[in-house]
Amino acid sequence: MTGRKRILERAVKELQDGMCVNLGIGMPTLIANMIPEDVDVMLQTENGLLGIGAYPKELEVDPDLINAGKETVTAKAGASYFDSAESFSMIRGGHIDLAILGGMEVSKNGDLANWMIPGKMVKGMGGAMDLVQGAKRIVVIMDHVNKHGESKVKNTCTLPLTGQGVVHCLITDLAVFHFPESGMELVELQKGVTLDEVKVKTEAVFVVSESLKVNK
Amino acid sequence: MDKVLSSLDEVMRQIKDGATIVVGGFGLCGIPEKLITSLRDKGVKDLTIVSNNCGVDDWGLGLLLENKQIKKMVASYVGENKLFEQQFLSGELEVELVPQGTLAERLRAGGAGIPAFYTATGVGTEVAKGKEHKEFDGKTYIMEKGIVGDFAFVKAWKADPFGNLVYRKTARNFNPVVATAGKMTIAEVEEIVGIGELNPDEIHTSGVYVQKVFVGENYEKRIERLTTANA
Repeated sequence: MTGRKRILERAVKELQDGMCVNLGIGMPTLIANMIPEDVDVMLQTENGLLGIGAYPKELEVDPDLINAGKETVTAKAGASYFDSAESFSMIRGGHIDLAILGGMEVSKNGDLANWMIPGKMVKGMGGAMDLVQGAKRIVVIMDHVNKHGESKVKNTCTLPLTGQGVVHCLITDLAVFHFPESGMELVELQKGVTLDEVKVKTEAVFVVSESLKVNK
Repeated sequence: MDKVLSSLDEVMRQIKDGATIVVGGFGLCGIPEKLITSLRDKGVKDLTIVSNNCGVDDWGLGLLLENKQIKKMVASYVGENKLFEQQFLSGELEVELVPQGTLAERLRAGGAGIPAFYTATGVGTEVAKGKEHKEFDGKTYIMEKGIVGDFAFVKAWKADPFGNLVYRKTARNFNPVVATAGKMTIAEVEEIVGIGELNPDEIHTSGVYVQKVFVGENYEKRIERLTTANA
């Protein structure tokens, strides 16, 4: 199983029946296709739709119906459309149960950096800064190390922040961490991963949960 | 009361160099195509444009970039546009990046006569630099100011002659808040219906916010990322 698949398969378990969920652009969007049939959720897209359906068949494609990644989508039964201010009232007002976002770096106190690399083109934060402050639970999914093998799980983020102390759960290809007040906690090891490997590849200081789950 | 224009010339005559224009749309979805191309043809310069995105290189607000008409861009995400990158890096273009929800609320506040508001969005980030911080119930917020444009460009699906508007699906996006946030709001629509034909319960934007209505023809409605179930 690839690292990405491990991350996604673990992330989909965060979705519970009855939730309203915002999936970020990129890897988080792929979770939409993996939701089990017995888990009924409403997916929100911040450009103004709660209740995203499947991608359209060719004849159903409608340029007036897209997601925040500008992909053509459909609306499922029970969906609603709204304007951008209303959309972020839902987000900022704490009405969205869960947001799953991609990350570039996460720090031990739950800071997230995922929108800007100084010196490269600045694209903008879109709705990420609003989501991390507003959604009830923030789950970040990302590779544990970058392509040079350096830990993306840091004591302090080096990249500009999206939000400070906002991450509740971090899912990587190696492990799952939670961020209680007492400090960053390792709660799960992904399949085939040892505690030693996680320790070697994690810059951040963390504690190991007494009920550490070892996925097999 | 009939706000329907037969052409956009009258509106374009009023727009001068240096104007601030707030523009609806998300990506290329629900953008006021006709107003943007008319503004490109009119050629006014040094514009401040407030819109979630800046189009793509050859469509939407990208047309104004191509024509070097924009001095300052206020947006949340501008990653679809190479011209934008060139003009930004060369210093021709000033950019203010605003979190998307804050941008929507700044427009809503501007349109609602609220000069500023507090939000947690951006606290602890570069966005918060230089802004007033205030604590409410133990949590820190920053102050963000409302936005009002000299002109507001809106795209709706249907209008009546009073300027009551109905939008379609996610083409609604920023358009309703943009409609409220212009000293002069122009709505372009796909269809005009008679007064009384829109169900008052189903009107999204009241005509009170709209000064002029224009019916556009042959909308391109370009798709940025065509994704289908079979793909």
